[in-house]
Amino acid sequence: MISQQLLYAIAGIGLFTIGLRATLLHQQLLPRLLSLNVCGAGVFLTFIAIAYQGPDAVADPVPHALVLTGIVVAVSALAMAVALGRRLRMLDDE
Amino acid sequence: MIDLVAILLIFVGLFFFLSGSIGLLRLPDLFTRLHALAKADNVGLACVAVGVVLLEASLLASLKILLIWLLIMAASSVSSHLIARDALRREQADD
Amino acid sequence: MIDLLWLMVDALLVTLLLILGWITCASTDIKRGITLFTAFGLLLALIWARLRAPDLALAEAVIGAGISGALLLRAINDHKPLGSSTPQRSAWMTWSINLMALALFCVMSWSMWLTLDQVDSTRLSQLVLSQLDDSGVSNPVTAVLLNFRAYDTLLELAVVLTAVLAILALSPMRSAFQPAGVLLTGMLRWLVPVLIVSAGYLLWVGAHAPGGAFQAGAMLAAAMILLHQGGYHSGSGLNLMLLRVLLVIGIALFVGIGLVMMLLNQSFLDYSPGWAGLLILVIETAATVSIAAALTLAFVGGRPDGWEPVTDSSNPSNSAEFNS
Repeated sequence: MISQQLLYAIAGIGLFTIGLRATLLHQQLLPRLLSLNVCGAGVFLTFIAIAYQGPDAVADPVPHALVLTGIVVAVSALAMAVALGRRLRMLDDE
Repeated sequence: MIDLVAILLIFVGLFFFLSGSIGLLRLPDLFTRLHALAKADNVGLACVAVGVVLLEASLLASLKILLIWLLIMAASSVSSHLIARDALRREQADD
Repeated sequence: MIDLLWLMVDALLVTLLLILGWITCASTDIKRGITLFTAFGLLLALIWARLRAPDLALAEAVIGAGISGALLLRAINDHKPLGSSTPQRSAWMTWSINLMALALFCVMSWSMWLTLDQVDSTRLSQLVLSQLDDSGVSNPVTAVLLNFRAYDTLLELAVVLTAVLAILALSPMRSAFQPAGVLLTGMLRWLVPVLIVSAGYLLWVGAHAPGGAFQAGAMLAAAMILLHQGGYHSGSGLNLMLLRVLLVIGIALFVGIGLVMMLLNQSFLDYSPGWAGLLILVIETAATVSIAAALTLAFVGGRPDGWEPVTDSSNPSNSAEFNS
């Protein structure tokens, strides 16, 4: 059980760093947003990996609730970033 | 016995998925790729769905799996149609 | 033996996820990147299911893979690169970012390795499970979201509302799609009712099984987005007053019930035990509607016709128009 926890937790950290690196490297909005979302997914994965208690036990519901909240907040932030980018584009065109 | 049939069906389904994926990667253009994907995946999904239904005893769960199967069939056929139509229009626009 | 087999499945899932995450981040063609991101979301949903988090799997499949992908694809045309000469990071900068990422990964993995077996993560879950009978629902995740940590959910609804208000303030709605062809219209005609019924089912079932307000709201929003893409565009015929009510009803009802409970039980959002199940259902229903409205507006990317901002605050006629 601990090995699976560790596997997924480290994978989450890996995703986080992959996403963070790409977020810093990209210069355009949409690739940057994609990378930021991958980065966030890594954080979620680490949370849920720690909550996992083995195949027969009920997993810890508190991180699940937090991540569920996080997914909805992430999509709102994504939508807002897209809207900001669109507005900037419109201002540039004017 | 039923379990054995179910597992066999699931593996047959997985084989179709695998061949569909290989087709997607190896075939030369969009239309043949769509062809491979739609054919192989629909058959593969049907086999997997029937296999899972056989493993799952309850009627309600079986009905849900049936619904999922129908939804994916509809979605995949409509999206293949849309992709193919769009590609055709682009080709005509290019000519 | 079975354990080893499962570990292999886990290793396969993790490897696929990391590869997909990497090529999503690395892809230069943005359309390709978004498609990969959708696949990434689906794989993540599979992993949530594997980690015994079915609530998350549902939410991720609808939001992470569905709505985010649709949102980003819709945004492609707004973000054509400004000119061909996009600035690149200098080689020095690239290397320092790489080095920093690597160092960060090593330090965090090492600390995770050291602390993971010392974390007593069962304490909190046992607390939740022991109080579950009093929460009014039997799905522990819903109990945490709507009862034990209802503040978080309330503030989350506020965050979603704020984001949507910002989107509404920033720009007008995107232009409509062409009316769809026969096949798509035909599919929509029976798919949308199925989606609405599924959303209702998810909302109802959330009390005792995976599901709940977020998943249901996202599914309703997905139905609306499909309609929008099929060319059903009610930009001008929209009832704006109704839309405003829909946007705020979730948070308004949440705060209202919280205040009533404060009068009865001395503390904000402290439900009376006998009423908890009903109150949670009421709040969840309102939250579903609000989330669906918010995500739909986020997808269409701005305010509908007639919802004009106050352009000049010194001009009273404009603000009167806004209020009417």
